Amino acid sequence: MRVFMLGWEFPPFVSGGLGTACYGLTKGLDRRGIEVIFVLPRMVESAYTTHVKLLTPTSRIPAGKGGYREFKNVAFRTVNSPLQPYTEPESYQLQMEEALRQKVGGGKASSASQLVGNMDYSGDMYSEVHRYAAVAVDLARGEQFDVVHAHDWMTYPAGIAVSAMSGKPLIVHVHSTEFDRSGEHVNQVIYDIERMGMHSAHKVVAVSYYTRSIIIGRYGVAGEKVEVVHNGVERNGNGAWALTETGIKKDEKIVLFLGRITMQKGPEYFLGAAKKVLEVMENVKFVMAGSGDMMHRAVELAAELGIGHKVLFTGFLRGDDVQKIYRMADLFVMPSVSEPFGIVPLEALEHDVPVIISKQSGVSEVLRHALKVDFWDVNEIANKIVAVLKYPPLGMTLRDYGNFEVRKLSWSDSAAKCAMIYEEAVAGACVKTF
Amino acid sequence: MASICFYFQVHQPLRLRHYTVFDQDDRYFDDYKNAFICRKVANKCYLPTNRLLLDLIRRHQGRFKVAYSLTGTLLEQLQLYAPEVISTFDALAQTGCVEFLAETYYHSLSFLYSRNEFLEQVRKHTETIRSLFGQEPRVFRNTELIYNNDLAAMVESLGTFDAILSEGADHILGYRSPNFVYRPKGCEKLRLLLKNYALSDDIAFRFSNRAWSEWPLTAEKFARWVSNVNGNGQVVNLFMDYETFGEHQWQDTGIFDFMRHLPEEILRHPDNDFKTPSEVAARYEAVDTVDVPHLISWADTERDLSAWLGNAMQSNAIHELYQLEKTIRKTSDEKILTDWRRLQTSDHFYYMCTKYFADGDVHKYFNPYGSPYDSYINFMNVLDNLHSRCSEHLTARELCEPSANRKAPDLQAVS
Repeated sequence: MRVFMLGWEFPPFVSGGLGTACYGLTKGLDRRGIEVIFVLPRMVESAYTTHVKLLTPTSRIPAGKGGYREFKNVAFRTVNSPLQPYTEPESYQLQMEEALRQKVGGGKASSASQLVGNMDYSGDMYSEVHRYAAVAVDLARGEQFDVVHAHDWMTYPAGIAVSAMSGKPLIVHVHSTEFDRSGEHVNQVIYDIERMGMHSAHKVVAVSYYTRSIIIGRYGVAGEKVEVVHNGVERNGNGAWALTETGIKKDEKIVLFLGRITMQKGPEYFLGAAKKVLEVMENVKFVMAGSGDMMHRAVELAAELGIGHKVLFTGFLRGDDVQKIYRMADLFVMPSVSEPFGIVPLEALEHDVPVIISKQSGVSEVLRHALKVDFWDVNEIANKIVAVLKYPPLGMTLRDYGNFEVRKLSWSDSAAKCAMIYEEAVAGACVKTF
Repeated sequence: MASICFYFQVHQPLRLRHYTVFDQDDRYFDDYKNAFICRKVANKCYLPTNRLLLDLIRRHQGRFKVAYSLTGTLLEQLQLYAPEVISTFDALAQTGCVEFLAETYYHSLSFLYSRNEFLEQVRKHTETIRSLFGQEPRVFRNTELIYNNDLAAMVESLGTFDAILSEGADHILGYRSPNFVYRPKGCEKLRLLLKNYALSDDIAFRFSNRAWSEWPLTAEKFARWVSNVNGNGQVVNLFMDYETFGEHQWQDTGIFDFMRHLPEEILRHPDNDFKTPSEVAARYEAVDTVDVPHLISWADTERDLSAWLGNAMQSNAIHELYQLEKTIRKTSDEKILTDWRRLQTSDHFYYMCTKYFADGDVHKYFNPYGSPYDSYINFMNVLDNLHSRCSEHLTARELCEPSANRKAPDLQAVS
């Protein structure tokens, strides 16, 4: 079995869960001996790429030797394109101006830090999506594979094109939908692409039953075509490291928000709960780690609520900094308004941090040892935050059982389910052809 | 001779309302939910089953007998929400074929944490049964059949009980059969009646299970199994929750029809009869001594206390609760004392159990909370409020009468 996989981000350049998910899934597939050709929408230019086998669209000559050491069967291909996930429609204008300024400045395409920043879907993103599709088709011509697996809407046109060109079945993997990202203010163009992708696909993979119901209800996809494959979690042995100087005193409790600061993630509910907690408790700091288009609004809101001195904004964290923040945190809160899956709580549990998650998330389907709340129920979020900080056996039990539970969620299982779906798709496609 | 000894546990806890850290009042219980469940169970189980058993007792002219253990928290709720159930229990009491057992009024685990509190609750329960049904309980059963040698010794020392009930757990009986009367280790007069869990569970748990090889269970078949005991046993103790009838096993499973025909099928065999626990204790001699140094219960497959005290949250909650005892008594405030006692009901700790969280089985059915964590948070918030009420109460009194503080130790003396 060989898979032509279309993604848009891959570690270390991740701005959200998608890259992490692609990494885990491909690793799981790799362990099963399934070959994966992974196409990325951009030229990755950094020291990290030296161990990745890369092909640029123009030269098709390996730009680096080796490959991710963990992978035996995965090859990487990149398309030079500025596509970036997770941008909100409201910020188009801002970003187009940003993009223009960059062009005027004549700077290089993008540095590593900009890669993970909140840019893009710039003015011509739709043509970018289609250009990516064209290049992907071009790359696919030189490859042998059995199925096409496309992750999220930006790669759907490419997936459709490659599937049509090669006659191989298409599987689209839905990590999030336009309704998760934008609520009811959907971008019609994106919605149409998503809908087309799901309807063209032989199989649709949803990351949760929550997402599956959106796919069926909002996109009119037949239920028997939609399979659920929950995400796993990558165990990366958290080494012991010491508390570093951070301006947070040891006797202070730390409540952590980690993720993009956007409407979808519910930062205002986090701050609302923080305000309530601080009414009954002192010695608590609230840390918001991440960036996003609601960052400024969140800073303002914290000030308006009069809790500015109790809320720290760290900006986007990566690598060691993420480990550090988990190490310091007493509790992780994910008040997402609509979360297709949500890998971060699994990472938090893996780092022995108990979690509060919104019921409007896919991850709440797989986690039992987590506190669950409605994202809008600020009172209840605060109630639970206080409880964890005030009654130590609660955090202890959540941590112990939660960590154990997370260990059972492996990417190997997700990959095994995907492998089954591949088999079905291939079998189904054969029936259709003959 | 095989005597059938039915004992039904009848209990409903007082469920807590959703109580957050921001709540400041002393209304802890969910009156609406408690009333709703109480009336629902009364209609589905208590009323129809009482009517059926009353009918059977009359029809068999005193040859059919049963025993009940009614908790104080249930009786309080019935008085408020379904008083007609009390009068049907009273009608049963009048037949002379029904025995009422003694237990802790609040269905608590107090034996494990405060002997003093335990004795008070047993006394309170006995008084309640006497005033409602005109009976003096002669047999004791502890919450969830929790039992060990110490409990038996304590119950015997009270001098008012002839027998005590517990679970016929394999690990305490070994090769011995639960179908005999035993003597608790260290006791002289007290008798020990042990539940025949196989036959009890055939009715209570397996009755409607279509995957069970013996399904459907008929009265005739069950009577045959019971009659098989003749010759190698004297008594078959069928102990179960009363809610088995109509609530755990719904009416459409045929559980009422099964029960309607069971007495006649059992009595068809001339060597069989029905006896209450007191009659069993009086009729049969103890055949052996049973040694139970460690605590057992009738719960789950483990037959231990892990359903109530199995995780850190449970043991923390219950320790905090009983640690408050001295302070509670110091306030000598009836309302505070009652609230504290209502929090002792074992169900509150059962809801915090993480053991079978995964399986969604019987634990989940009884749980008003979405998760054990929610129940712990709720309980601790309530307990926290109770604590601060005590402090406020004591501070206020100190301000009014500075000398009260010095007299305080007297208040701990139990009347």
